[in-house]
Amino acid sequence: MDILQQISDNLQRGDDDKVFALTKQAIENNLPPKSILDDGLIAGMAVVGKKFKAHEIFLPDVLLAAKAMYAGMDQLKPLLIKEGIPAIGKIVVGTVQGDLHDIGKNLVAIMLKGAGFEIIDLGNDVSPEKFVDAALTNEASVIGLSALLTTTMPVMKKVVDLVKERNLSDKIKVIVGGAPLTDDYAHEIGADAYGFDGMNAVDKVKMLMELN
Amino acid sequence: MKEIVEIPREEIIPDKETILKNQGIPNLDDLSDKVNRICDEALKLFMELNTPVAVYAEISKDEFEEVYEGEGKNEIPSPVAEIYPRAKQMALFALTVGGDLSNKIIELFTNHDFALGAMLDSVASEATENAGLYLASYYLASVSGENGIGLDDAIMRYSPGYCGWHISGQGKLFEYLNPEEIGIELNDSYLMIPIKSISGVMIIGPREIHEFEMAYRFCDTCKNKGCRDRINEMLGQ
Repeated sequence: MDILQQISDNLQRGDDDKVFALTKQAIENNLPPKSILDDGLIAGMAVVGKKFKAHEIFLPDVLLAAKAMYAGMDQLKPLLIKEGIPAIGKIVVGTVQGDLHDIGKNLVAIMLKGAGFEIIDLGNDVSPEKFVDAALTNEASVIGLSALLTTTMPVMKKVVDLVKERNLSDKIKVIVGGAPLTDDYAHEIGADAYGFDGMNAVDKVKMLMELN
Repeated sequence: MKEIVEIPREEIIPDKETILKNQGIPNLDDLSDKVNRICDEALKLFMELNTPVAVYAEISKDEFEEVYEGEGKNEIPSPVAEIYPRAKQMALFALTVGGDLSNKIIELFTNHDFALGAMLDSVASEATENAGLYLASYYLASVSGENGIGLDDAIMRYSPGYCGWHISGQGKLFEYLNPEEIGIELNDSYLMIPIKSISGVMIIGPREIHEFEMAYRFCDTCKNKGCRDRINEMLGQ
């Protein structure tokens, strides 16, 4: 079987040791890093995403696959940088100011990375200014905001407003997510999208970046 | 009266079905061997690392009025404001399952052990909720028979940040209760550290005082709806 297909299959099974070994082998065989990434790792994660959406597998299975993805990515990243191959997009993510809950944000970041995006993770308790400044500095086109507490949801509006105040709405889109959020709330505060889970966030970000 | 309660670890172990439901797995039949092993490992880590402890202090209605008022940011009307004047007895409380669990979850994510990290997070969250249930039962049992408290009475917990009680209410609650004694700190955003902690007021009174309709302004946007489950459980429905 084709080595890239083997990488994809083992990633889907969440076998990080095999994905690590196969990626190493593919690099040693002089396969182009971009091909290993696109046709091995990202292709595998895409299948995982489809199965998750179809309820054939569950969150822990996705996270095992993500671990396998990282095992391959860690080897590919220096080569991709060396060859000047960019990620499909840059996204700044963080949990909003006043909120320390970052599990949801971490899961979304893992899914986005698995889909081929570069993630600038600002952590938790992040101020609106820091989100916007980080997006500008890193030339990110999307800011992903997470909140678990209803009391910190208004901070999301502050980020959206700040993007508008600085006339960045054309350059920077804002997606929001978190347990207490709804599509209606996202619309009400003027966010560009709402992601109800990690996989949905990937779809919405692709939509915002017109990658679909 | 104020008391520090060492909660027995074995009393708050979450059941597997609940943990897996939190992970989006609707029933145990759908469980793969691999995920089952991760769940077992998370439970084992939990047993090694959790250090549940609580503090509670009884409070009069007049004193609670001041605590509840907080910084004057509560929703009006709100369920708590209507319930506590009819209480027979109440106590402020705070509890935690400890910081070691949170640190371990961060470590697992850093090491790319995402599945185990997320599973341990679900275990810890559910255990914190179980610790709340344990403390409420403990307090109710300890005052049963006093102040006319009997079988027709029920105890319910209400926390700042929920049901119209503004999160800034944590400030006054901490001033009164001093949960720092059991290792819980409050940050500038009124969040507790360790993060797997809860605080609030336990109110004892006739069952009917705890029943309320979801007719408050903030109920429209609330996705939690945990109040419905708690009320139904109290009423035995």
